[in-house]
Amino acid sequence: MVRIDFNRLRFLVIDDNAHMRRILRTLLHGYGAREVYEAEDGAAGLEAFTHYIPDIIITDWAMPIFDGLELTQMVRQPGANSNPYVAIIMLTGHSEKKRVVSARDAGVTEFLAKPISANGLYQRIVNVVANPRPFIKTKVYFGPDRRRNANPNYVGPERRKGGKADVIRQAPLLEKVRAPG
Amino acid sequence: MAAPKDTTATATYGDHEVITPENKLRKVVSTGPLMPGEVHPVTRAERALAALSTEFTSWMESECERLDKARQKISEGGFTEANKELLFHAAHDIKGEASTFGFPLVTAAADSLCRLIEYTPDVTRIPLKLVDQHVDAVRAIYREYSRSDAEDLAALLTSRLRAVTDEFLIHENRELPDMLEQIKGSSIVAG
Repeated sequence: MVRIDFNRLRFLVIDDNAHMRRILRTLLHGYGAREVYEAEDGAAGLEAFTHYIPDIIITDWAMPIFDGLELTQMVRQPGANSNPYVAIIMLTGHSEKKRVVSARDAGVTEFLAKPISANGLYQRIVNVVANPRPFIKTKVYFGPDRRRNANPNYVGPERRKGGKADVIRQAPLLEKVRAPG
Repeated sequence: MAAPKDTTATATYGDHEVITPENKLRKVVSTGPLMPGEVHPVTRAERALAALSTEFTSWMESECERLDKARQKISEGGFTEANKELLFHAAHDIKGEASTFGFPLVTAAADSLCRLIEYTPDVTRIPLKLVDQHVDAVRAIYREYSRSDAEDLAALLTSRLRAVTDEFLIHENRELPDMLEQIKGSSIVAG
């Protein structure tokens, strides 16, 4: 099985509902996490993101001031903050197709519909840690590759255009997870 | 001390870049079976949640009170934007939490109220009686949860509410095909 050393991960939980924050904190501590920070709205969440530099953000969608979708769009600004690649798990009661597509297009890494379960959240965390997707940057999008799988049966135009790639090294963006000891 | 070497790579194409950030979280991942006597993290988390569950009834009670207060605000001040948000958030939170709190039968009535608010183009046209019926249904299903026929009661209440709500929404959105599609669409997400 895939094993995650949770006590070396830093989480930020953003939810305006105190009950849900308590549940999330309980689950994360249950997995073995030690560093769990909380914020109760999008603005406080953005401030906490800058201050704590979490490895994983778990955010609600519907929140005052600005919501989880707007928060995601603010985080996914290359060059504007310390880690625009941070994993974002959107936890929400919204599960309609239009909502899921909006979350994906904002740059959410994983989507988890309520009701929450210990296993559902665990699987999302394992996925973002063990199977990270590359990021795509276009004129209108910056976020995890929205193509999770190559579809051999796809019929239609290739929307991404371009020839052979140039590989460019970039400066470090995240210095979070420390080596053992 | 020198900064660790970064391995982020960017491949540039005609109209997009593919960026593979350095995966420093990889260091927290390993593979292998559980050690003898070791408890799976999910099991540990479920146990922690079970220990917390003694709080859930009082939390559900407070969420129902919050919904009732939001309904009262609308009765007194009408469907202002602020009052609408209060009611929607209260219903939406119950929809998302009721199952976790051990009251899954409450979820459908709260969901129906969310749909009513979310998909009505002009919320001031929502009959207050329909709002009252939803709030009363949520509270009644919660209050009568220990009854032997609670499931039948909940099914009866919520199916009727949903039917009346859908009828209202389809009428209110009759000129809006995109909205009608959403109203009739279903969830694509697994929990």
